[in-house]
Amino acid sequence: MIKNPVFTLAYRCYILAFFLFLAAPLAAAGMFAFNDSLFPALPWQGFTLDWFFNDTEPKLGMFHDRRLLRGLYYSFIIASCVSLMSVFVGTCNAFLFTRGQFPGKGVLYILMVVPLVIPGVILGISILVLASTIANGVEEAYGWEWDFLRPGLPLVVLGQFSFVTTITSLVITARLQKLDFSLEEAAFNLGAKRLRVLRTITLPFLKPALIASGLVAFLVSFENFNTTLMVVGSEAPLTVTMFDRMVKVGSTPVLNAVSFFLMIGSGILALAMVFAQRNSKSE
Amino acid sequence: MDKDIKRLSLILLMAPFALWILLLIIIPHVGIFLLSLREKISYKEFTYGLGNYIEFLNEPIYWNTLLRTGSMSLLVTILALLIGFPVAYYIAKVARKKSKGALFLLCLLPLWVSELIRTFGWILLLRETGVVSGFLQTIGIIDQPVEFLYNDVTVIMGLVYTVMLFMIVPLVSTLDGMDDAMVEAGYNLGGSGFTVLRRIIIPYAMPGIVAGSIVVFMLAAGSYLTPILLGGKNSSWFTEQIYDQFITRYNWESGAAFGFLLLAFTSIVVWLGLRLTGQSLATTVAKD
Repeated sequence: MIKNPVFTLAYRCYILAFFLFLAAPLAAAGMFAFNDSLFPALPWQGFTLDWFFNDTEPKLGMFHDRRLLRGLYYSFIIASCVSLMSVFVGTCNAFLFTRGQFPGKGVLYILMVVPLVIPGVILGISILVLASTIANGVEEAYGWEWDFLRPGLPLVVLGQFSFVTTITSLVITARLQKLDFSLEEAAFNLGAKRLRVLRTITLPFLKPALIASGLVAFLVSFENFNTTLMVVGSEAPLTVTMFDRMVKVGSTPVLNAVSFFLMIGSGILALAMVFAQRNSKSE
Repeated sequence: MDKDIKRLSLILLMAPFALWILLLIIIPHVGIFLLSLREKISYKEFTYGLGNYIEFLNEPIYWNTLLRTGSMSLLVTILALLIGFPVAYYIAKVARKKSKGALFLLCLLPLWVSELIRTFGWILLLRETGVVSGFLQTIGIIDQPVEFLYNDVTVIMGLVYTVMLFMIVPLVSTLDGMDDAMVEAGYNLGGSGFTVLRRIIIPYAMPGIVAGSIVVFMLAAGSYLTPILLGGKNSSWFTEQIYDQFITRYNWESGAAFGFLLLAFTSIVVWLGLRLTGQSLATTVAKD
């Protein structure tokens, strides 16, 4: 290959500039959480942790801000439900597409991937429309109030689940394809029953992928905004609460504090995932 | 007996998939299509027809917004490809084994942070009282605060930022599979750097390029948060119109029509892209 020092240097600078570009908004969002000022802007007024722990206005810290804490709580509940459900269905899908033989498999596989490319806003409204139609129909015909079909936590969970499941399915499928079939075969030959093989061979092999996809699902759910906004009720998760605050009150450093907190949280999840993957490699 | 068990387990495995795809994807989308054909006459009285679509065509604001969203998303896709390709090539081919994984993880970094927080970061950097404006004043390039938000350039930059990794990941995974000997051979046969890029590297990376472009285009056209926060009231993004019809005006019928139009429009663009490059959906998107 041609080695041109000027070109190599320029290339390196470009890569560096690119990563600075990637990091810039994250740094800005995190940094102002520690600025002792009422506005998330320069000049730097000195270091403070008030935006996390202070308990009085005007510098109400995030751990004393009840609406933010409630948002965090709802986000946590939603994300837990979404990741449990999507890992379960994703595992079934993985078995279906790697082991199952049935007509139309290719088409169904594409159908499984499609939710990932449907705009989140449209996923949200289409589920909102269906749920409302059913709820209205039931109410008119029988007089029943099916509140869980009105905008609120259950619909948010369903809305996010609808596309997160694609992600978990793809991750778990990729892992299941790597499983050596002869391992299971050997267990069968040794007289193990189907369930026992599943419990002792297959699921332990899948475990890293199950953990990783569960964490990704949790994170994607926690971060989601577009789909959530369409079906959210009075129990607003954290992203929607933050957005409301940004639009109505304007940006205050408490939002930076939440941003910083979330970045740290995602960082820990990322590390957990790296460990889950590493364990799978050493096996 | 054994056959019955096989069939039963296939049905059991199929059940969650079928419930998910039918109840949450197919029926809701058929639902908004049907809803988009409905026109309100008076309270609880409806007629069916193309009225909502005709209204869309008669109102230049609506289809201008859709065309604008489409063309800006296309621009975002092209920019993401141009900016991302050298980075992907660096990660896949130039970087040493050790730094490779680290660089790849760094690329994924923004994925770990909510789109809301990333956009919030850009707002803090770019607004009138923001970091960039302040910095430029300190070094004397400008002498009063400048507002960098609420214009098309910023919206495009913000979108490129948001979708970047969805371009880089498929590019890295295809380029990773390329044998260095191919590039070597191209040079040995007397090709210039540009020729090698055009005749060897780009054709090899084509599946990755197409896959990345499809996902990036769909994400950009369907994005909501970045255009409204960075573009402000005048961003006129099409998803904003959909939200407006649905939530603000409570006009579900025309909102559904808009939603369906966005879906149809983006699908047509993707289909055209696949035809022009001779790829199929199964070999690109479904692969990774």
